[in-house]
Amino acid sequence: MIEIEGLTKTFGSFQAVKGIDLTIAKGCVFGFVGPNGAGKSTTMSILATLAAPTSGTVKVGGFDVTQHPKEVRKRIGYMPDFFGVYDQFKTIEYLHFYGASYGIPKAEREELIPQLLELVNLSDKKDAYVDTLSRGMKQRLCLARCLVHDPDLLILDEPASGLDPRARIEMREILKELKAMGKTIIISSHILPELAEMVDEIGVIEHGSMVARGNISDIQSKLRVKRVLYVRLLDRLDEAESFLRDQPLVGRLLRDEQGIHVHYEGQDEEQAALLMGLISSGYRVVSFSEAQTNLEDVFLEITKGGENVV
Amino acid sequence: MSQIQAGGGLRHWRSKLINPVLDKEFRLRMRTSRAMWALFFYLFVIGAMTFGFIYIMTVMPSGSSNSFDPSQSRLMFYFICVVQLGLVAFMAPGLTAGVISGEREKQTLNLLLTTQQSSTTIILSKLFSSLSFMLLLVISTLPVYSVVFLYGGISPKQLLLVFLFFTFVMVVLGSLGILFSTLFKRTMVSVIVTYGATLFIFAGTGFLYLLMSQVMEMTQRNSGTGYNPADYGWIGHIAAWNPVAAMFSIFDDSITEQVFMTRGGSTPPPIALWQEFLLFYSAVAIIAIVMAIRYIRPRYKRSGNGKG
Ligand SMILES: Nc1ncnc2c1ncn2[C@@H]1O[C@H](COP(=O)(O)OP(=O)(O)O)[C@@H](O)[C@H]1O
Ligand SMILES: [Mg+2]
Repeated sequence: MIEIEGLTKTFGSFQAVKGIDLTIAKGCVFGFVGPNGAGKSTTMSILATLAAPTSGTVKVGGFDVTQHPKEVRKRIGYMPDFFGVYDQFKTIEYLHFYGASYGIPKAEREELIPQLLELVNLSDKKDAYVDTLSRGMKQRLCLARCLVHDPDLLILDEPASGLDPRARIEMREILKELKAMGKTIIISSHILPELAEMVDEIGVIEHGSMVARGNISDIQSKLRVKRVLYVRLLDRLDEAESFLRDQPLVGRLLRDEQGIHVHYEGQDEEQAALLMGLISSGYRVVSFSEAQTNLEDVFLEITKGGENVV
Repeated sequence: MSQIQAGGGLRHWRSKLINPVLDKEFRLRMRTSRAMWALFFYLFVIGAMTFGFIYIMTVMPSGSSNSFDPSQSRLMFYFICVVQLGLVAFMAPGLTAGVISGEREKQTLNLLLTTQQSSTTIILSKLFSSLSFMLLLVISTLPVYSVVFLYGGISPKQLLLVFLFFTFVMVVLGSLGILFSTLFKRTMVSVIVTYGATLFIFAGTGFLYLLMSQVMEMTQRNSGTGYNPADYGWIGHIAAWNPVAAMFSIFDDSITEQVFMTRGGSTPPPIALWQEFLLFYSAVAIIAIVMAIRYIRPRYKRSGNGKG
């Protein structure tokens, strides 16, 4: 769906993108992660035909963005990191306008737009003026706007930024639905956990270069990032704590009332051995689980330095 | 209210003529109170100036009677036309210098540019909708001109010509406004540059003409050969860039002769001022529009580095 080869972009003397290669297959949800100023938005606006690449080739659905921009535009739904709305429009007029701008006949729009509003949970706001919508609603409206011409590829630049947690969850639910619809999605964020659950692959970009890419779990194991295990015990917590401290690959320990958080550097094999060790030593383990993987740590690890990245 | 079933053919034509961008521009412009205030301001200025003029003319004893005669009526027509031209010069940049940069500042431009609307459609629709509104302003002043017809001295043809002239000036200033709005990222800069260009077109060209005629007269008088104003008649082409001079040349041919220094001579002036004005500024407007269309989207290099 996307083929980027040796893409660079310079603003004056500043090189914002330094030779990115990236291919994204059809139907893939790709997370584009990197700190602010890394070059995510620049890359995405080139994909959206809004900026010309300085060098390199960028193709969407087989069409080169510089040679067939109109064909590319037909296939993409672009949601910029910052966008405005025409305040004087009602929600439904707003969608009709963009629908018409993509050449969709009125009769078709009449049928399509209520479905889109349904998808982004804005059906009850269809006659509200756009400037009365909350930020989260505007964000969802913009997402609906991206979908009016049923594009194959969605380019979403920080769609969850500036949203409160509830609005983020709503946004995530919608994106899951879109994924289920078979759309190819490239979605950026400067916060990795935000993407973790829904993306198939991530690419980490820093200072205009791709420093890591692949499947999330691949990247995690490549980096041998500490797992956080949570061990819940019926009793003898103090003894268990000192027992764990003496085991190999165990890092920091954190106690709460019922259990212990264990920062663990081992892989599955060692982890299984650790559990057996606990049980054979007579500790009454209620549960032994991987605590929510702290992807923030993964991200910090990745961007800290490239030496342990393949 | 507008749900009346129009014929299929009519609807077909409507969809051909009114593209989504134009439709949006028309709707949104009329939803702001700015449109109403602009109309109010425009009519107020032109009305107040006209009545002020009539008041002065009737209060001041001018020869025989203190009522209007055709020559005074013609004078008033000229006066209203100059006021109108001034208002056009004032409104046209204001209405067009922000149409692209304004969308860029409101961050709606990117969304518009990723749709299937072509750069040409976007630029021309923006220009056309601004012009339509300006035309509405100008046409709404027609009742003021009826005062002139009451007293005679002006033919309907002259009125029609001068209205066409206003429209042309609006197209020119509007095209420049849209070009600057496309080139400059900020509306503020675009507005200033557009007003600057307008000022040059209105005052700068006139000043340049007067300056050149002084300079040429001096040099000609001091040179050994006989003094003949017709030798530097070419400076009349500078006057042809001035809208006020061009407008008066529509009313009165002798202005052209005067400007080209051919008055009383045997050779006719090369071209009427307004004709040259039309030719010159048509080129300016076309170049401005073409450039705006080219620069609204990124320009991709046409090098063949697609493969290799
Ligand atoms: N139009 C521009 N002119 C100059 N510099 C720019 C422009 N757009 C982006 N940049 C610079 O390019 C770098 C990458 O920006 P961006 O792609 O927006 O990063 P990200 O989206 O990853 O936060 C930044 O340092 C930014 O300042
Ligand atoms: Mg960004």
